[in-house]
Amino acid sequence: MGSFFRVAWHVMRKDLTVEVRSKEVLLTTLFFAVSVVLVFSFAIVREGRAPDDVAAGILWVAVSFSGTLAMGRTFERERYNDTLRALLLAPTDRPAIYTGKLLGLLILLALVEMVLVPLVGLLFTAPILAYPGRLAALLALGTLGFAAVGTLFAAMLVRVRSRDTLLPVLLYPVTIPVMIAGVRGTAALFQAVPDEAMAQFWIGLLVFWDAIFVTLALWTFEPVMTE
Amino acid sequence: MTKLNTLFIGLSAGMLAVAPWIINAAPYESTMGLVQKVFYFHFPSAILFLVAASICGVSSGLFLFFKKPKADGWALAAAELGLVFGAVTLVTGPLWARKAWGVWWVWDPRLTSSLLLWMIFSAYLLLRKYGGPGSDKLGAGMALFGMINVPFIYVSVNVWRTLHPQTSVVPTLPTDMGIPLWFCFAAFTMLFVTLLNLRARLEHQRARVEALYLAEDEA
Repeated sequence: MGSFFRVAWHVMRKDLTVEVRSKEVLLTTLFFAVSVVLVFSFAIVREGRAPDDVAAGILWVAVSFSGTLAMGRTFERERYNDTLRALLLAPTDRPAIYTGKLLGLLILLALVEMVLVPLVGLLFTAPILAYPGRLAALLALGTLGFAAVGTLFAAMLVRVRSRDTLLPVLLYPVTIPVMIAGVRGTAALFQAVPDEAMAQFWIGLLVFWDAIFVTLALWTFEPVMTE
Repeated sequence: MTKLNTLFIGLSAGMLAVAPWIINAAPYESTMGLVQKVFYFHFPSAILFLVAASICGVSSGLFLFFKKPKADGWALAAAELGLVFGAVTLVTGPLWARKAWGVWWVWDPRLTSSLLLWMIFSAYLLLRKYGGPGSDKLGAGMALFGMINVPFIYVSVNVWRTLHPQTSVVPTLPTDMGIPLWFCFAAFTMLFVTLLNLRARLEHQRARVEALYLAEDEA
């Protein structure tokens, strides 16, 4: 078990080291996420005011769109340098490699969300500081569920020709339960009279889906990645 | 096998041909009247939609974890049938909902999760068609994620308070409505089994031809 986490740690550190040196995925994903928020602002703002209760939806759309981009990019880098094969040839547990990739992606997305959440709070006057713990839990669990499936799918699609279009096509239908829970939970916290019990219910549901998605992804990564 | 398929196809065709008369003879439901009769097609296709998803998921698991090459053919056949029967479900549902609820569609858990499952099948088939070599394994991974939705869809109406009628409706139907329902269910099931058989066999033969072709190439 110790070696499992050590391998995961090394894979994650490798990804983050590459990222710290080039900052490619972080900067492009961040800029894309901000653009998504702005596009939505222009689409729905009327007479200088945004309609009520849209902040949660926009936040999660931005997270899922930019998350898809980040997943595609991190694996595109592995494919381009033909390093994924080397990674898979390593005499170690495949699920540990998956876990390392997932952790690297989660840290990246957490950084993006740290910019995204204040931005949405600012532009749509959402009370992001009213329940910081609950909001952080919703974002962390929602991103985990989304990225758990996304990392698996992006990894399997590395060898497929039309991977850029197929990743969102496969990923969104599967992860929509997580999206629904994230949006509804966040909306419960952002509304005029926050509903803590409701947010708690959706957090519980997110834990449920996360458990299923992570288990299934760890389980299928090995056979799916075997050539 | 071929004889059995012919028998099943003939039986289901005959039964589906007389089904309109049997449905017509069934009593009118007091509150919804004529439009309730769409239920005799909606229920069988919905159940077979979930059955198809389960077959696809289980076969994909066998293919992925136990390296059963034939299981992939069954998974693909089940996915295609799931798309067809899911489409029937998603079309007949709104026809009824328009009269019963006044709207074509509501975002309640049963409807949302059914639509999602149908989307997952569409994505699965897109992957199988455009994924190129190796897409059989990737599809199998995807199908496992799709299968999670099946129990969720089934229990959703009993867990949440939704507009969609609960699963307790069917066992408590009066006999004169139950007979046409199970008659249609039998016809649809035979159609499903036959199509599944034929499609899987086609896929197995295609895989065999491909293997022979590759062997020829190497020789």
